Amino acid sequence: MTRKSMTGNEAVAYAMLQVNPDVVAAYPITPQTSLMQKFADYVADGMVDTELVTTDSEHSAMSATVGASAAGARAMTATSSNGLAYMWEIVYIASSTRLPIVMPVVNRALSGPINIHCDHSDAMGARDSGWIQLFSENAQEAYENMIQAVRIAEHPDVLTPVMVCLDGFIISHGMETVEVFDTETVKKFIGTYTPQNPLLDVDNPTTYGPLDLFDYYYEHKRQQIEGMEKSRDVILDIGREFASICGKTYGHFEEYKTDDAESVILVLGSTAGTTKGVIDKMRAQGEKVGLIKLRTFRPFPHQELAGILGKFKAVAVLDRAASIGSLGGPLFTEVRCAMLGQDSVPIVNYIYGLGGRNIGMADIESVYQDLSEITASGQVKNLVTYLGVRE
Amino acid sequence: MPTIKEIVKQPERLAPGHRLCAGCGAPIAVRQILHATTDKVVVGCATGCLEVTTTTYPFTAWKVPFIHNAFENSAATVSGVEAAYRSLKKQGKLPADKKIKFLAMGGDGGTYDIGFQSLSGAMERGHNMVYVCYDNGAYMNTGIQRSSATPKGASTTTSPAGTVQQGKKEFPKNMTACMIAHDIPYVAQASIHNYMDAIKKFEKAFLVEGPAFVNILAPCPRGWRYPGEKTVEMARLAVESCFWALFEVENGKYRLTGESARLAKNPDKIRPVMDWMQEQGRFRHLKLPKNADLVVEIQEEVKRRWQWLLKLVEASNS
Repeated sequence: MTRKSMTGNEAVAYAMLQVNPDVVAAYPITPQTSLMQKFADYVADGMVDTELVTTDSEHSAMSATVGASAAGARAMTATSSNGLAYMWEIVYIASSTRLPIVMPVVNRALSGPINIHCDHSDAMGARDSGWIQLFSENAQEAYENMIQAVRIAEHPDVLTPVMVCLDGFIISHGMETVEVFDTETVKKFIGTYTPQNPLLDVDNPTTYGPLDLFDYYYEHKRQQIEGMEKSRDVILDIGREFASICGKTYGHFEEYKTDDAESVILVLGSTAGTTKGVIDKMRAQGEKVGLIKLRTFRPFPHQELAGILGKFKAVAVLDRAASIGSLGGPLFTEVRCAMLGQDSVPIVNYIYGLGGRNIGMADIESVYQDLSEITASGQVKNLVTYLGVRE
Repeated sequence: MPTIKEIVKQPERLAPGHRLCAGCGAPIAVRQILHATTDKVVVGCATGCLEVTTTTYPFTAWKVPFIHNAFENSAATVSGVEAAYRSLKKQGKLPADKKIKFLAMGGDGGTYDIGFQSLSGAMERGHNMVYVCYDNGAYMNTGIQRSSATPKGASTTTSPAGTVQQGKKEFPKNMTACMIAHDIPYVAQASIHNYMDAIKKFEKAFLVEGPAFVNILAPCPRGWRYPGEKTVEMARLAVESCFWALFEVENGKYRLTGESARLAKNPDKIRPVMDWMQEQGRFRHLKLPKNADLVVEIQEEVKRRWQWLLKLVEASNS
């Protein structure tokens, strides 16, 4: 492995360089831009075999990616925020056509009001689209998720597209030391791609995207659900196999100092890093605090979480997206659902960081303090708290 | 160029048994397109009549690789297929001698309106593909709603002829002109009634390096309200009245073809646009005395557009 100074977007672009996809179709949107610019440099310098299709919109980017993938190519696109919203119609078509597309999503708040900074409203808006969603804590994980995503998506039992989510600006533009593999290692890990029934097999013509009415649509959706279900074990298997080249195992989530923890935060993305800092500081003061950093939001690891959350005294779920009109954020409702029937642990929700509102160590510390109070009093005062907002 | 007798002996690549209406112009256009090349073709099609009637799962009428993605993205989708072809060929993942043509199709709704941007982008990017619009002048698949291709005065379900409104209020968008403005190597306008003229244009479209666009008039008995056996006649009358000109633009040079070339030399043979309109129920209200001015207005605009085309032919060849 080689250590390089890279932003998250550069790390993802570097993974794409090493994967060397046959086709990439994309449209610029902040904060995804520097990712595609870097990849365009690789194309311009002949470092990849990729045909780069610079489309007229994200809608066309996803459409062309679907066309390329159906043709039999390893195909990718990348986007953020409104770009993901604009391609939303085709996001569903990509997954229902069972095309193993990989798409970095550089998370940014959805308009409106228009805002360019990080939250997870874009990815959460696509949570029912049938895509696997992997979240990354930092540039290193974004890089490593990209490489694993290719294998997960293309697995014959899965054949489901993957979004690799990384927090806009915080990860995408933050410079970090990233350890990268040599390209041969990546190539060996991902292997060659053998598409099933590609359009370009012109001697064996296949019809893609037929009209599917009440007599078959439901069965096809059921099969799609099964593909997602099968991805649960595939993600774990590939995570373990990945450990053989990087030494670090990837699962559905990572536990940080939870062995004896009483108060635990569950969170996605870069805030996990901030939380680890707070935990180290509070642990030095004798506080029994811990973290569960979720990696796979889709498929959601209900069973696995239900198996461990019960041992804590209080849990806070941090959502960087609101689900307006629901009981708390999307992550919270999933966790509550996972814990159905286990009422012994109070679980509360914090909505935070919308539109890139900063989340500092003091904010996280205040959450742990709330959890200690809940444990001490046995009472939940606020099920849902809006952290860091001016009321 | 083979004769029509030889052409119709070629194997059909759109199988019979599809569910298009009797008298539909669209499958005539598809046969003309697929008879215009003996190379392998990958077809993409926008959501619409042609797509829903030929691919109702678990059946398909397509004997060639076919992809339907959504309504507005036939061009973008096929651009991705074509990019994959170039990439895989360059890398030696496809045999070097494997020659494949790429065709994207859409109706006028999927081309003039919702798919306009996707088409514009694909043409601008220079993909080696042919886009064919089968223009029947309204959203027929969803039940005859007006599109920007609908002729002025036509009654549709969203521009009905009523007591204060006499069908569609606007003249149709000149979509072919929009595509000519992209300065792509080949643009043509064809009509399903002139079989050889259409086939020649599709043949040229497939042969050029880079993007080509063909707009083919494909009458719809249900939407235009005429008996299904009159489809070919309806298309011919549209051309004979100069509502729909047959022409092509090759690297910027305009050339009239078929009946349109003959009418340019014999303008007294041009039929009044009412000859075409009076055969169709969608224009029935135009026969009312109160709409006489509207008919005059339509005739004048048809004439103006025809005269302008003649000027472009002259200017581009001088």
